Amino acid sequence: MMITADSIQDMVERHGRTRDALLPILQEIVSEKNYLSDEDMVEVARALDISAAAVFGTATFYSFLDSRPKGKYVIRVCKTISCSMKGKNSVLSTIEETLKIKIGETTADRKFSLLETNCIGWCHKAPAILINDEPYTDLTPKKVTEVLREYIKNR
Amino acid sequence: MVKLSINGLLVEVQEGTTILEAARQLNFRIPVLCHHDDLCVAGNCRVCVVEQLGGKALLAACATPVAEGMQILTNSLKVRTARKHVIELLLSEHNADCTKCYKNGQCELQNLSNEFSVGDHIFLDLIHHKDYTIDRYSPSIQKDDSKCIRCQRCVRTCEQLQGVNALCVAHKGEAQKISTFYDHSMAEVICTNCGQCINRCPTGALVERTYLDEVWDAILDPEVHVVAQTAPAVRVGLGEDLGLEPGERVTGKMVSALKRLGFDAVLDTDFTADLTILEEGTELLTRLKKALVEKDPEVALPMTTSCSPGWIKFIEHTFPEYLPNVSTCKSPQQMFGALAKTYYANDREIDPKKIVTVSIMPCTAKKYEADRPEMRSSGFKDVDYVITTRELARMVRQAGIDFTMLKEDKFDRLMGDSSGAAVIFGATGGVMEAALRTAYEIITGREVPFENLNITPVRGFEGVRQASVLLEDCVEEWSFLEGVELKCAVAHGLSYARELMQAVKDGKIEVHFIEVMACPGGCLGGGGQPIPTNQEIREKRAAAIYDEDMHLAIRKSHENPEVLKLYKNFLGEPLGHKSHELLHTHYKERERY
Amino acid sequence: MKKIPVHRVDLIFEKITCKEIFEKVMEAKPDEIIQSVIDSGLKGRGGAGFPTGLKWQFAAREKNDEKYIVCNADEGEPGTFKDREILDMVPEKVFCGMAIASRAIGAKIGYIYLRGEYKFLVPKLEERLKDFHGLMKKMGHPFTIHLRLGSGAYICGEESALFESIEGRRGEPRNKPPYPTKEGLFNKPTCINNVETLVYTVMIQKYGAMHFKEMGTKDSRGSKVFSVSGDTPKAGIFELELGMSVKEFVEEFGDGDTKAVQVGGAAGFCVPRKRFDETIIGFEGVPTGGSMKLFNSSRSMYNVLHNYLDFFAEESCGQCTPCRVGCQQLLKGIEAVKKGEKSIKYLDELVKLAATMKIAAKCGLGQSVGNAFSSIVDNFKEEIIY
Repeated sequence: MMITADSIQDMVERHGRTRDALLPILQEIVSEKNYLSDEDMVEVARALDISAAAVFGTATFYSFLDSRPKGKYVIRVCKTISCSMKGKNSVLSTIEETLKIKIGETTADRKFSLLETNCIGWCHKAPAILINDEPYTDLTPKKVTEVLREYIKNR
Repeated sequence: MVKLSINGLLVEVQEGTTILEAARQLNFRIPVLCHHDDLCVAGNCRVCVVEQLGGKALLAACATPVAEGMQILTNSLKVRTARKHVIELLLSEHNADCTKCYKNGQCELQNLSNEFSVGDHIFLDLIHHKDYTIDRYSPSIQKDDSKCIRCQRCVRTCEQLQGVNALCVAHKGEAQKISTFYDHSMAEVICTNCGQCINRCPTGALVERTYLDEVWDAILDPEVHVVAQTAPAVRVGLGEDLGLEPGERVTGKMVSALKRLGFDAVLDTDFTADLTILEEGTELLTRLKKALVEKDPEVALPMTTSCSPGWIKFIEHTFPEYLPNVSTCKSPQQMFGALAKTYYANDREIDPKKIVTVSIMPCTAKKYEADRPEMRSSGFKDVDYVITTRELARMVRQAGIDFTMLKEDKFDRLMGDSSGAAVIFGATGGVMEAALRTAYEIITGREVPFENLNITPVRGFEGVRQASVLLEDCVEEWSFLEGVELKCAVAHGLSYARELMQAVKDGKIEVHFIEVMACPGGCLGGGGQPIPTNQEIREKRAAAIYDEDMHLAIRKSHENPEVLKLYKNFLGEPLGHKSHELLHTHYKERERY
Repeated sequence: MKKIPVHRVDLIFEKITCKEIFEKVMEAKPDEIIQSVIDSGLKGRGGAGFPTGLKWQFAAREKNDEKYIVCNADEGEPGTFKDREILDMVPEKVFCGMAIASRAIGAKIGYIYLRGEYKFLVPKLEERLKDFHGLMKKMGHPFTIHLRLGSGAYICGEESALFESIEGRRGEPRNKPPYPTKEGLFNKPTCINNVETLVYTVMIQKYGAMHFKEMGTKDSRGSKVFSVSGDTPKAGIFELELGMSVKEFVEEFGDGDTKAVQVGGAAGFCVPRKRFDETIIGFEGVPTGGSMKLFNSSRSMYNVLHNYLDFFAEESCGQCTPCRVGCQQLLKGIEAVKKGEKSIKYLDELVKLAATMKIAAKCGLGQSVGNAFSSIVDNFKEEIIY
């Protein structure tokens, strides 16, 4: 997905030009293309009349506002206690083997990126992952393979 | 008023006073690291924690306002334990290679560590777990993340005091760091090189790029003729780094020290400050004439000064549409450099190839300015090396010179003479005052109508100041200015500069002439001046500058005999062909990050 | 001390018609609404437990045309997931609670700050918000709710960090005072309440303060929604009357082999088996935002503590020294002791450090890291060392 100066202008029109519009704008860009580029940040900074460094500093505070390119689907594997107790490691290695990438990497076709994340609020249905915004819970190696197959095939 | 007790002593203070300030009134010093008198409250480092009797958590003295009946302990067991822990934690993420550190002996963390007798670190060394970089790309500022204690003074300086926002806090938790846009080098971002962050960094994380070795090499090379120039503000700051109190003028001792260090000629940037007034004043009058008489719509007014390289880089990044408004005059440093390798070289019959010009500046941005590709109009690098006031003090110490005992000496001739108008360049409003002293006299044939030539409306520390002078009974050449109210504005510190330029842009301020100095207080508060800095110190330096002005026989730039001689023998006239070639420059629009 | 056996309650998820309750609220004076919340004894359900009625009263007393109601839906505490369920099942009750609060303190604008991990709830919430705004219009109560999202930062659950985040900045907690009721969001008087707390204020309006107050104990009135996870056959969300002991809780939810319960998440306390009986779940014992995590004897408490510390080292905002560096030192410190690189005595140094973090850190996050650390190290020292 291309984010242009025009589309950022459009976001600014909708969210406003005040500083409190910053996160909604960054979030919208990330939901379009899964990360923020330096050009995006400069453009947003210009539109809101704040410094580019301020945008960078703010964005990097938030784990979900990635400042490096990511694939179309970002898989976030919860690594906090419940998931870790309930088999997160085997789910993670299944994903790694299926997609042939390690944590922090993106597949060559730029379809999947794999990350770990802190508690996503599904401890009673651990282990859980997020694929973009969608939670998948009660996972087993088998179940996560099926989920991934669906993504590989149909999306 | 609020009553409270601190360590059992009663004190009554204004509502809103912090515990830190209240304790100071009772002469209890509470240590601080993230706190700085020039900056807003942070409450981050937690070194200043104190105990409130009956309270569970400790309070950050710098960030907590007093409350009626508070009973504060600044040195209880709880406080001591916590404070020592905080210092030890900071040391555990700090590259404590103190003996090799540029800030050794002047580091606030080192002092605290010593004060609290932190011996063997009880905590693990975290430095080795991290991938730190030292950014040496900027010609002005060196940033060493391994020495950073995240107090964020630099970020607050850059953001609030300077309105630049080159520095930011990035990431969070263990990954948190002081960064720039995408962690680019300071050389690649919007940084103006003003160095105010250096003045407030408690450790060696931000220091000037130093060129001492290069300068010593030049001095000790018998083949090379090394010319020193000293900026106006250096003489009111240098003493602070050499055992004297703030506000002592050390002009004569400084000259004497420079000669003892082995500079072949000790000359004065003040000379080219006077020259700047003639060039810049003429430029302003020319622009006014174009606007008022020729009705030229192209002429860019208000005209702004161009002496401050931090300001120049700021406007190139931030208000590029106003670049035509900036005076094309080079700064006094660069005018000096260009003349040193032409006029001075001719006069002294020295091959300019063999001249090395060293400027001693209260400024870190001057290092960058000297490196700009435009600054080679002599055919060589006009200014070879720039060192700060602090670096000069270091040279004096290295050479074993007992500064306080030195006899006063005088600048060498040819480019060593100056007027009081040049001296006040070192204070905010000084360039404006100097320009008005000359311009008014050129236009009307009379001295400015202020007692003792002191144009007090442009002096002081208010962030943005405005003044005007009515031009009456003009001499014939300038009769088109008859009845014109010459309006000017002065800003110091880049956040005020931003405010002023925005007001100009929004049409809220209409003036003819603007002076901007990048640093708070002007050059006397420059990023190369002795540390610490605060308002009180800056006021003392300013008083010293105006005192120096009052003591000089010549107080108007156009009366500097050496400048007049320069025009007669070499330049011709202000804005003439030769001036244009050597003394004027151009600017370029830069990136926005 | 009164002990209450595990007693299920159905207030939070009870299906009700918010319109009726809000009609009642519109007839009451703001002072009366606040008094009823004070009378109920309701304390904040996010974990800190500040009396809700008092908070409303402070905000109401501030003279300012601009005030805000903020719903803290940044549920990030490991082991807590009840707010997600509440927002999913009964979102209109949350909106209704905000509207009641707005009437009580005189606010026209509300914000819901929803953690980014729950973004999948947004379409539903936006749809229900449309209905809610329609209702407000019909009732003639000028109150608008904006939905804001977090983006993966645990610390934004801290109220002042949450304000910073809504304002478009890094979620770094502010110095206090000033407190939010005086200077909160956009530096205006702000009342910030947890999702669950707001729903209780609705139910207090519906059934009266006494109905709520009669439940629980003197220090912990009413009921609370618990997020139960870990080694339990009954993981899930349960609304229970407050005042039960950990023992009673474990009898109901344990797998028969429970050796410890972490009450209140990573920022909470670890209760070992020997203390189950004497420990009340509530403000007189171990307070909790609802996270109840059970560990059986197969679990290494070193791994548990390591996981928590790793979490904090990443999720600390990083601005204050005790939290930023302290979390890393605790984490690396237990690793060093485990590997034998540091002596067993070093653990004592770390316990002292945790005590300093508790009193010297800037915000509740840094101050509470010591809870888990000390309670796990105190009770399971041998597991940490060997």
